[in-house]
Amino acid sequence: MSLNVSGEIWQPVRLTLELASLTTIILLVLGTPLAWWLARSKSWWKEGVAALVAVPLVLPPTVLGFYLLIALGPNGPGGMLATLWGGRTLAFTFPGLVIGSVLFSMPFVVQPIRNAFEAMGDRPMEVAATLRASPWRAFWSVAVPLASPGFLTGAILGFAHTVGEFGVVLMIGGSVPGKTKVLSVAIYDYVETSQWTEASVLALGMIVFSFCVILTMTLIEKRVARLAS
Amino acid sequence: MKPSRLLVAALGAAACLLATVNAFASSTNVAVAANFTDAAKEIAAKFKAKTGHEAVLSFGASGQFYTQIKESGPFQILLSADDERPKKLVEEGLAVPESRFTYAIGKLVLWSKDPNTVKGEETLKANAFSKLSIANPTAAPYGAAAVETLKALKLYDVMQPKIVMGNTISQAFQFVDTGNAELGFVALSQLAGDKGGSQWMVPQSLYSEIRQDAVLLKSGAGNEAAAAFMTFLKGPEARAVIEKFGYALDPKSGT
Repeated sequence: MSLNVSGEIWQPVRLTLELASLTTIILLVLGTPLAWWLARSKSWWKEGVAALVAVPLVLPPTVLGFYLLIALGPNGPGGMLATLWGGRTLAFTFPGLVIGSVLFSMPFVVQPIRNAFEAMGDRPMEVAATLRASPWRAFWSVAVPLASPGFLTGAILGFAHTVGEFGVVLMIGGSVPGKTKVLSVAIYDYVETSQWTEASVLALGMIVFSFCVILTMTLIEKRVARLAS
Repeated sequence: MKPSRLLVAALGAAACLLATVNAFASSTNVAVAANFTDAAKEIAAKFKAKTGHEAVLSFGASGQFYTQIKESGPFQILLSADDERPKKLVEEGLAVPESRFTYAIGKLVLWSKDPNTVKGEETLKANAFSKLSIANPTAAPYGAAAVETLKALKLYDVMQPKIVMGNTISQAFQFVDTGNAELGFVALSQLAGDKGGSQWMVPQSLYSEIRQDAVLLKSGAGNEAAAAFMTFLKGPEARAVIEKFGYALDPKSGT
């Protein structure tokens, strides 16, 4: 019995780590060009785009969950996408959760990277250009290393926020073990069914995890400040 | 300062308003199992019209309410979706023993938005769908009844990979309503007012009766509105509403 319980308890942990890792990777790939554009563009409507990216910060997860449930369904774009591999909805699936997570964690990744690009200023890229570095080369060998603390902060925050998300996942997940039953949902289920031992093990783990994340962030910031001065 | 004076005036007016309302009637907080949502709203409206008392309704999973009540949640009455949890609350000394009664007997339905999908148990046996929505069987009695039905039909093992779980029966309904699951086990009460599609009334022989019990909590023992609501729930007006929403009634519980 106790073995049974512990096996069941680790599945949501593994699933959550997979979800958060994949989401973070996707967000770094999508978020970097977006952050670069937000930091460097002179376009008048870029703050509109920035606000749109930041909207999940203030929206209740139920708003996102509600629209995602419809958008991922058979009458939305998600359903159309799902027919490519013979499904009819992206709700209740791991890819569906990844889409949701990318949307609601995006501001946590894009903003720190954008801030880092902005703090760097125009000068390093101009210098690189006078040394005949191509913009592509200058980006990778000058901008990215200079902005690396921003990338690190963004990656950690994006990962942590995905681990911590609950409302959206509850609304679009369907609590399928091994596919959509992530940590936060598992804890909720355990509490609701009075399995407090299991709930405590996972909940305490989350507290320790969150503490470590915040501590790491603070230490990185301190180190960066010291290096800068 | 003008704005603060305005604020004080507004607060004063609000307080007067509250005081006058309170002079005539009191209110009670009722925790309502999700499947009973629509019926409870109608009953609360009738209750208010008749007695002047207000029943403030909170909707959720019975399991969640049970946990909250154990941690002294702010309710005076629980309308559960089962009889286990009210019984347990009585045993644990959190509810008034003689107040417990069965206010409704729930009916399980297999439902699809598509008018041609559900034909009967053969729809399940034919297995021509990708997702079957049920309520979480450990927290919601209608979910447990759904699992019981699948086991009685010897289909549970085949269906398991297709099952998606809503946290409450409302969410199980919502998964079918948004088209994300082709079919699902819902409460007959949720289909009141003609939601369309196709449905199969699951025969009572396939699952144990869903006896939904109401219980007055110890925290509501002295509350006039709470006592009045419990009485009203047993009366003919409330029972007519409950029947209209597709529940069966326990002949022993009427007044």
